[in-house]
Amino acid sequence: MRGDARLNKLALPVGLILLALVFPFVDDALGTNLTFSAIVVAVFVMLALGLNIVVGFAGLLDLGFVAFYALGAYVVGWLASSHFQQVSFSFLSAANTTTVSGVEKPGIHISFWIILILAGAFAALCGVIIGAPTLRLRGDYLAIVTLGFGEIIPQFFENGNNIFGFNLTNGVVGIKAIDSPGFPFLPDALDDWQRFTTSNLNPWYFTILALVLITIFVNIRLRDSRLGRAWIAVREDETAAAAMGINLVTTKLWAYALGAVFGGLAGAFYGAFIKSIFPTSFSFNVSILILCMVILGGMGNIYGVILGAIVLQGINFYLLPQVNEWVHAIGDATGSALLAEADIPRYNFFLFGLLLVIMMLLRPEGIIPNRQRAEELHGGEEEDASVPEVSRAG
Amino acid sequence: MSMVEAKQGGLLDSVRSSSWQSRIAVAVVAVLVVVLLFQAAQDPAQFVSQLLVGITNGAIIALIALGYTLVYGIVELINFAHGDNFMLGSFVGLTVLSGTFLGLGFFAPIGGDSGAALQIVGVVFALVAAMAICGLINVGIERIAYKPLRNAPRLAVLITAIGMSFILQNIGLVWKGASQIPFPSLIPDGNALGAFTDALVYRWKDLFIILVTIPLLLALSYFVQRTKQGKAMRAVAQDKEAAAMMGINVDRTIAVTFLLGGILAGAAGVMFGLFNGTTVFNVGFRQGLFAFTAAVLGGIGNLTGAVVGGILIGVIGAMSDQYVGVRWTEIMIFTVLILVLVFRPQGLLGDRSSVQGGGGERT
Repeated sequence: MRGDARLNKLALPVGLILLALVFPFVDDALGTNLTFSAIVVAVFVMLALGLNIVVGFAGLLDLGFVAFYALGAYVVGWLASSHFQQVSFSFLSAANTTTVSGVEKPGIHISFWIILILAGAFAALCGVIIGAPTLRLRGDYLAIVTLGFGEIIPQFFENGNNIFGFNLTNGVVGIKAIDSPGFPFLPDALDDWQRFTTSNLNPWYFTILALVLITIFVNIRLRDSRLGRAWIAVREDETAAAAMGINLVTTKLWAYALGAVFGGLAGAFYGAFIKSIFPTSFSFNVSILILCMVILGGMGNIYGVILGAIVLQGINFYLLPQVNEWVHAIGDATGSALLAEADIPRYNFFLFGLLLVIMMLLRPEGIIPNRQRAEELHGGEEEDASVPEVSRAG
Repeated sequence: MSMVEAKQGGLLDSVRSSSWQSRIAVAVVAVLVVVLLFQAAQDPAQFVSQLLVGITNGAIIALIALGYTLVYGIVELINFAHGDNFMLGSFVGLTVLSGTFLGLGFFAPIGGDSGAALQIVGVVFALVAAMAICGLINVGIERIAYKPLRNAPRLAVLITAIGMSFILQNIGLVWKGASQIPFPSLIPDGNALGAFTDALVYRWKDLFIILVTIPLLLALSYFVQRTKQGKAMRAVAQDKEAAAMMGINVDRTIAVTFLLGGILAGAAGVMFGLFNGTTVFNVGFRQGLFAFTAAVLGGIGNLTGAVVGGILIGVIGAMSDQYVGVRWTEIMIFTVLILVLVFRPQGLLGDRSSVQGGGGERT
């Protein structure tokens, strides 16, 4: 009996992983060309899972998560492109590091896999630097400070083309021609894996899938760890948690730094995948989009967060362009120029804003709630004697 | 300058108990002030002109900051949508001056070439309309989005406020489009001091901002200090339950607070448009954050603090524009925000919400 229960518990995740594994081949066979979107969605799943550690587990509202994403992307830009013309250094890089005439290419070219680790570590370091002085603050002040950092860091990248004469970030133009990752030691038969190309997206897909699975694994292990229980305690009642001997600042700092790691990893992957990065792709809106994913799916619930990321990116990529076409068709049919020329996808954040309000008013625990989180979020209503129909959650 | 005095006044009182952090903070502020004074000595006229521009910008920021501080003082919520309400205020003013609404032309657009009397009527009407509409929008938002969550965890309300901010921003986007929209130049751009000196620049525009701001501040101060409703507001800010027991209608008092904040934001929106000559749908985000910074700098919940903070932030912004570079100004102001929150979260003049017993932690 016990074995059966275990099996049942494992059936859903194993099924989902198998589905994810065969997805690019099915996509290829059907000719639906969804792999590119799937990779972008997976990047956001990773970001949402990273933010879930901060918002869902530790209950700290982070409005500047995009900063870590940007940091990760710029790490890959710095260490795997010809941006730093002054030096010429390459290490295990999959890209061709010599030009046709045999001269070494300028810039730093390091293996993507090493950069991935460096990006995660750098994001974590920045998370600690940002978090250490700020995590003492009250929840809403913390939210504003993180928002401030989320604005400062992209602004800094935008202005960073002349820091006392040094071109650190190439300003609004951004860093272009980032090296592809790859495994240069593989036999020639697997040349798509030797150096990832844009013509075959499967290596990219399996890389991000592996990263997402690692993120999920870490999320689960963290949630069930001593640290995870400390987060829940801090989230529910800081004073009580402190009285039980939990070091508040250290505990919060861990959440902040670990969340940042996954933001950095996702950014590094995205930078290598898109091959060019510029500061405008890291605006406040992205932070809010990721936050929407976490809240829509269900704060603290891993399935929920993944679902939230998929649903919101689905809305962005498919639903809104589709609605746009319908509106245009209606506009053409009725002769209304206003409708025929409307640009619906531009208003996507209206929808996301509405989503935040409606979710908070009606179902703050998200689509797939974390039971404990749901009880906390409805806790206040029990005090309110004017609402007699409230049933005790649970 | 008042920042130095406030800092040092606080320091003298608590010099023995001050931590190394606050000592560093004071040292940094002192170094900055010395650098600024050095710049001022090199070109005094430019410095004073820039200071005056800063004060004007600061007056607008102060009006928005009052909205944050009023609401925070009473319901402990960072009303994220406030900046976007300010943006809608500037749009309302623009619409009134254009004389056209929903494709219906009511009167000819009022622009720089209209008669002087018509211009004055237009500005007054635009201000009044924006104040009324923004006040009502703010009350509506409170009723729909914040009131049902009054007993929910604080973060839930904050998230709702962020959602409302995006909704308002997109209403602005649908209403006026994504590009910068020019404001009719109704206030003369000339130098008000032109008759006396050419070195100092103080434009009629700057004077206009101050002349509108001061009566608004006096009216607000009168309302909060002298009227019955103002007394109720202060009581609710101190203790909601006790105020309710004394027969104060708490819901109505909170609605009035939001109304006041909206009115000030509407006035600030029109003044911002007239002063800068343009407005855009996402101007509220930046200005809102500046204003929030001002409110925190002065001490959130503290009305005087919001005005002092607003002027200071205006001056800091103007100085940064002049001596550091316009593109670094935003980073400067956010840095001020972070430093204040980290080193002196109660602000320069003290955080009234916690002094009055309302600052208890609810997560």
